[in-house]
Amino acid sequence: MTTSAADKAAPLVALTDARMQFGAVRALDGVSLEIRAGECLGLVGHNGAGKSTLVNVVNAGLTPTGGSVSFPASGAPSARGAGVRSVFQELSLCPNLTVAENLKIAHEGLKGLRWRGAARAEIRESLDRVFPGHGIDADAEVDTLSIAQRQMVEIAIGFAPRGQAAQLVILDEPTSSLDGGIAQQLLTHVRRFCEAGGAVIFISHMLGEIFEVASRVIVMKDGKVVADRPAGEFTRKGLVDAMGHVAPEGTGAAAAERRIGVEVVRTPEGLTAREGEIVGLSGLAGHGQAEALARLYLDTASAWRRPGAARMVFVAGDRGRDGVLPLWSILRNVSVSILPEIARRGLLDRTREAAVAKDWKRRIGIRTDDVANPILSLSGGNQQKVLFARALASAAPVVVMDDPMRGVDVGTKQDVYAMIRAEAAKGRTFLWYSTETEEVRQCDRVFVFRDGAISAELTGADITEERILEASFEMQDAG
Amino acid sequence: MSALIARPWIWSWLAAALAFALTVSLTGGRGAGELAYAALSFGAFAAIVGMGQMLVITLGPGNVDLSIPATMTLAGTLALKAMGSDPGTAAMGLAIALAVGLGVGLANFALIYLLRLPPIIATLAASLIYQSLAIWSNRGLRIKPPEGLADFSTGRTLAVPNVAWVGLAIAVVVWVVLERSTWGRWLMATGQNMRAARLAGVPVQRVRFATYLAVAVLAGLTGYLLASFSGGAALNMGQEYLLMSIAVVVIGGSSIAGGYSNVPGVWGAALFMFLVVSMLNSYGAPAGLRLVLTGTIIIGIVIAASTRRVRT
Repeated sequence: MTTSAADKAAPLVALTDARMQFGAVRALDGVSLEIRAGECLGLVGHNGAGKSTLVNVVNAGLTPTGGSVSFPASGAPSARGAGVRSVFQELSLCPNLTVAENLKIAHEGLKGLRWRGAARAEIRESLDRVFPGHGIDADAEVDTLSIAQRQMVEIAIGFAPRGQAAQLVILDEPTSSLDGGIAQQLLTHVRRFCEAGGAVIFISHMLGEIFEVASRVIVMKDGKVVADRPAGEFTRKGLVDAMGHVAPEGTGAAAAERRIGVEVVRTPEGLTAREGEIVGLSGLAGHGQAEALARLYLDTASAWRRPGAARMVFVAGDRGRDGVLPLWSILRNVSVSILPEIARRGLLDRTREAAVAKDWKRRIGIRTDDVANPILSLSGGNQQKVLFARALASAAPVVVMDDPMRGVDVGTKQDVYAMIRAEAAKGRTFLWYSTETEEVRQCDRVFVFRDGAISAELTGADITEERILEASFEMQDAG
Repeated sequence: MSALIARPWIWSWLAAALAFALTVSLTGGRGAGELAYAALSFGAFAAIVGMGQMLVITLGPGNVDLSIPATMTLAGTLALKAMGSDPGTAAMGLAIALAVGLGVGLANFALIYLLRLPPIIATLAASLIYQSLAIWSNRGLRIKPPEGLADFSTGRTLAVPNVAWVGLAIAVVVWVVLERSTWGRWLMATGQNMRAARLAGVPVQRVRFATYLAVAVLAGLTGYLLASFSGGAALNMGQEYLLMSIAVVVIGGSSIAGGYSNVPGVWGAALFMFLVVSMLNSYGAPAGLRLVLTGTIIIGIVIAASTRRVRT
């Protein structure tokens, strides 16, 4: 590839007023952005701020619903042709194949009988360049590698030439499973790569890394770019402030009217909840909140004992995996947790079951003309309402919620908040994991998780986005 | 009518009716009663074990009981040996057959749950042990069932074979349990998504345990009835029921992926499996062709029955 001085000035990728709409949700709300060769762009923002959507629009995983994406420097029509590579946080390697074979999957040019040797040499060279002294065998099957080694392989594949040099590499939380030394190797390589004329988009919640590696920082919030400046113009505190405005309205107000009773939940990691209390679990996604809740529930509800009166119910956030029973109607999905309560001598009272489902369809506003319709006929948000109804219909004193508002529209959210407060006033306890600050502010007490452990416990007026972020990011020097 | 066609069980009944009509048309209507009677008699055995297999398959992917033939043989052998053709021992024999079923179910689930073996491996391996126990206790003897029991199992009430009445009664019970009871809902929830069911408060291991017990008890009962019906236990008496029990579930319109079961369909499929063989026999199809046709017909029905299905 020949690059004249004039070409260098042209951006590798240019987004013009890019918009991405998922149903009613504006994941990307008019973003214009240019990335030039030699730049390392730090991208920060909360979960749900639109970072992943932006990245997916850049690498052509998503076609924007408005605006445009172009690759002026190369003139290529597609991200692939322009040398855009992505390394995602969720590992995308095939565990049953070797390291070299995984490179082959990403490298269409490797053909013929000798591809194995070529793949082996290429991945070895790339690993050596990014992570000197890595100790990974190119013939090792991926499932024999540790999580960190897998992440290293994934990164090495991202930077490998694969027939055409990488121009822009997108790294989404690349260091989340790497230890300090290895992460440092990666940062060094990123700097070297950018000095040599490559570009990188670096997404991280570790602000220290952002400052170490980024030449320019972009802050996203609610699908918009709210700040776009050279990295030198930001301070840590300024960056955190830019990520989230703190609107203190409503803080602690919910607690006033309610009586908080005796402690009803206590887990080994120190999570506690009292009668009538709404307890939040916060922090960055994937730091052990969902696991803590699932463990708590599974330890309480036996897979063997008949649940006479359930002590705890669970509202799933990952609907497909943890919640929806896909072959069933809305009615049966609502009633599954209260079957022992609506049965006499093991036989169901179907009139009562229908009445409960109809009542909840009205109360929580499930958009369907008949609860006998299949659950899969509903939109995601409405399926989520069904799961809410399932839990709230039971009389269980403790309700465990694993990020339960995904895809639920704003109006319903307000209704559900009110419902949760009303139920808590009756003495029910809620444990509520959420990635949204607005929801966390509904809570009386919040536990912030980092790396699978509780890093802070906040109550009342202390429940602010700033305090949660501080506790999430381990910023001893802040504040 | 369209609502009827949407029911997955209708296909096995249509197929059974068609096979019946084709067979009878060959003889110009003669022998229709005899054919129906034979289909009900032999179909009953397939239907009872089929319903057991259906419950297990409803538990979800990977769940199946391959020890049904060995359980039938062991239950039939031990029951008939204990009765020793003595009059008045029928109830004792039944108790033994059911106890064998309970024991087998317990052992199967212990292997599955405690040793975490896949059910296919666990039940297949355990069936070798059950079969060996049967061989060891049988030693080639063919003991006749007590006279009263033999008369019952080969007799009829209101022109319908007694074994078919038993099969019908069991079908009604299984249907009520599946469609109207807490336990049935739990079973179907478990089969759709075990993790989601667990998180919705379903005691999934308890459900699985009860299901593996149920299939083995039904197999024990079938072994007892079949041995009495055919004048004594034989070591190969369960053989054809391995494939049969699975085929009737699939043809009957239950979901092979679990979570959805269909009781009437199993009965229709059990009748069909007998009738299709008699039909091919009466048209003089050679053995090889008969198997090929049977296989082809089964595939056709499964495709027809596997329309989209959702329960209300």
